[in-house]
Amino acid sequence: MYVAVKGGEAAISNAHALLADRRRGDRNVPALRLDQIVEQLGLAVDRAMGEGSLYDKELAALALLQARGDLIEAIFLVRAYRTTLPRFGYSRPVDTGAMLIERRISATFKDLPGGQMLGPTFDYTHRLLDPNIVGDEVPQPVIRAAEPERAPRVTDMLGQQGLMEPDGDTDPEGEVGDLTREPLDFPLDRDLRLQALARGDEGFLLALGYSTQRGYGRSHPFVGEIRIGEVEVEFDVPELGFAVSLGRIRVTECQMVNQFKGSAKVPPQFTRGYGLVFGQAERKAMAMSLVDRALRARELGEDIVAPAQDEEFVISHSDNVQATGFVEHLKLPHYVDFQAELDLIRRMRAEHEAKEALE
Amino acid sequence: MEGVIDGAFADPVMQSQSVFRALMDALANPGTMRKLPVPRAIGTSMIPELVSTLLTLSDHDTSIWLDEVLRSEPANVQFASFHTGAPMVAEPGRAAFAFVHSAEAMPPLDQFNPGTQDYPDRSTTIVLAVPSLSGGPALSLRGPGMKDEVHISPSGLPGDFVGQWEINRALFPRGVDLLLVADGHVMGLPRTTRIAEGQ
Amino acid sequence: MTALPQYNFAYLDEQTKRMIRRAILKAIAIPGYQVPFSSREMPMPYGWGTGGVQVTASIIGPDDVLKVIDQGADDTTNAVSIRAFFAKVAQVQTTTHTAEASIIQTRHRIPEKPLTEGQVLVYQVPIPEPLRFLEPRETETRKMHALEEYGLMHVKLYEDIARHGRIATTYAYPVKVEGRYVMDPSPTPKFDNPKMHMSPALQLFGAGREHRIYAVPPYTEVVSLDFEDHPFEIQHFAEPCALCGATEVYLDEVILDDRGGHMFVCSDTDNCEERRQAGHVGSLGTGREAAE
Repeated sequence: MYVAVKGGEAAISNAHALLADRRRGDRNVPALRLDQIVEQLGLAVDRAMGEGSLYDKELAALALLQARGDLIEAIFLVRAYRTTLPRFGYSRPVDTGAMLIERRISATFKDLPGGQMLGPTFDYTHRLLDPNIVGDEVPQPVIRAAEPERAPRVTDMLGQQGLMEPDGDTDPEGEVGDLTREPLDFPLDRDLRLQALARGDEGFLLALGYSTQRGYGRSHPFVGEIRIGEVEVEFDVPELGFAVSLGRIRVTECQMVNQFKGSAKVPPQFTRGYGLVFGQAERKAMAMSLVDRALRARELGEDIVAPAQDEEFVISHSDNVQATGFVEHLKLPHYVDFQAELDLIRRMRAEHEAKEALE
Repeated sequence: MEGVIDGAFADPVMQSQSVFRALMDALANPGTMRKLPVPRAIGTSMIPELVSTLLTLSDHDTSIWLDEVLRSEPANVQFASFHTGAPMVAEPGRAAFAFVHSAEAMPPLDQFNPGTQDYPDRSTTIVLAVPSLSGGPALSLRGPGMKDEVHISPSGLPGDFVGQWEINRALFPRGVDLLLVADGHVMGLPRTTRIAEGQ
Repeated sequence: MTALPQYNFAYLDEQTKRMIRRAILKAIAIPGYQVPFSSREMPMPYGWGTGGVQVTASIIGPDDVLKVIDQGADDTTNAVSIRAFFAKVAQVQTTTHTAEASIIQTRHRIPEKPLTEGQVLVYQVPIPEPLRFLEPRETETRKMHALEEYGLMHVKLYEDIARHGRIATTYAYPVKVEGRYVMDPSPTPKFDNPKMHMSPALQLFGAGREHRIYAVPPYTEVVSLDFEDHPFEIQHFAEPCALCGATEVYLDEVILDDRGGHMFVCSDTDNCEERRQAGHVGSLGTGREAAE
């Protein structure tokens, strides 16, 4: 006997109850606390903050817990919360040159002022599963004896010798665009493009950056520098006449040093690709800087031949909240549209058969 | 039947590593004799040198071909199947590895697979047992892997070997590669080697 | 808890080793041709030497002595990491001395000390296809190799000359092997290209992420591509190594301050240390102690 599907509301409510149950899992297993997630799943928290465009570890941890660990779902939750917040203004540009550095490496110079510092990295770990980490016993880290020496940025050092192009020609007093406030209008300026990339999907940017290495828009990249650490966020208060500190945030910065370019007027020099992301997010920052450099093709007069150089293609598809929404919307009912299609195709088939019968 | 079951390497990991290094060194240095570790004889026409290379190179992913003499002895076929799981093919032209008991049982070189111009690696490697790696007619070799001319004198090569080899060489990058085995040693003749008769 | 994972000698399972060994034998028989192989996941990321590690793991035995260098140096982090990996999973003896090693795994350099017969140099290769930057599609480059159609490469090099007055490729400089295959030497500086020619050592190349293995047997012709009016040239340094005074070696630039101060030191740390121990001193070196 045929029974029409009904009772959507009850179905949804039941589904959500089931989701909550599954999210909690076995009640005999202690529930996760947010501080456990913040402390022990820190890189997931960082990614949720970065692509969620909101610096708040507790909220990101909550989003992760609620999303059962699904990162894009957590990012969606953070974004959806962020958009509800009032806006007070825009901070001053952060000074990454004054960063309290925890990790800093350069692939272009073996040694340099400030030194190379590996920091808390997966690099050089052997990816062998280690059952010994389950538990509370951990080795004490070696604590740095002295304050680290000043670490000037590699790109600045190259810049002083004229080997590196200047860092853009954006007016420091000019207004910076805000893609969360205005719809995008192609072609974009670099500020908007970098914003889009900073919140873009890590996997998508990784694949695009990778494609440039494999010849689809090659840019001869070198990691001039990657630095991870805390920077001060300052806010200009016109009433006070000076900037006040809002606190510190952890960021990852990647400066890619790319292919020299020269023309009749300008002598050859290295060009930049830039990545800056909330938290410890090295892969994302590196991918971002590769894609940033690729997207500067138009500005630098290079032929646009590869997907990573196609601004509209890249920026239109880099946002995973948008992407997941549209892809997953295909689950939603399309009965009406499909019905129209069905009708059309049936009519065309009927005409086809009629024609064949005549012949 | 005893040899069929337990005739393989006693320590497969280490022994196949040292056999492989002998084969690699042999092909990288054509005409030199390399010591080939062997398991104890299985008591059939498949001599230990053939067994060694078979066990080191073949598995489910490689098609192998045994010549008529080897194939006529069921214990050889059982041994190869049991220890390698390699699919046995009837035509030499479909084999990744061909194991040949003696020059008399050896088809002409052009019966084996020379690979394609796009994928010259999809070719047959032939392992040929000869009575001895010395004492035969003098041959001189030139090509990659050799600083100067190398002189060899394996005995029991097929008739008109030098002529057949010249045709094989001319196919480059296509072509077959040859490993000669005897007396606990192996000698490699990759497709790049130019062979002339005499000193 | 699940049982502790067990790993085979040299990490890889025997079936994987056999597959890689077969590819190596073909690579040796067809010098410069890239043999496809089914690269495995390794406990280190792609791009960090998984190809080289798979090749080394497939050839290494208990009697081998392994040296690992990255950028010429034994003490770079990735070199230390890979050396430690093999010391752990294959319990092999390791060394920093080029002459003592039977297998040398390298990223981006060939040791300054001439290699000898019986040594194997294993290169880590990121992009094995020399034509990749002219033609991104594998189907096309395969055809070009098959037909020995290398005109595009010469056009590219000649465009360099037209634009820059010289061939602007400084590393991963393409070579022709035994007069047939154009091959990528991995991103070694072109300074090292001549060392590949007629080397007494066997040279194996592993590209894990790109699933390719290729080889140059000992005493094989390796010629850097060039033109009659623009012959191939290697880099020359204006000053010798500041620590050991070596000339005719490849040097790293080290920045000393942010006011343009810098010095040049040997990229090959083993060669530099040996020279200092033998009493050679550069402008900033203090002989033996500096090597400690």
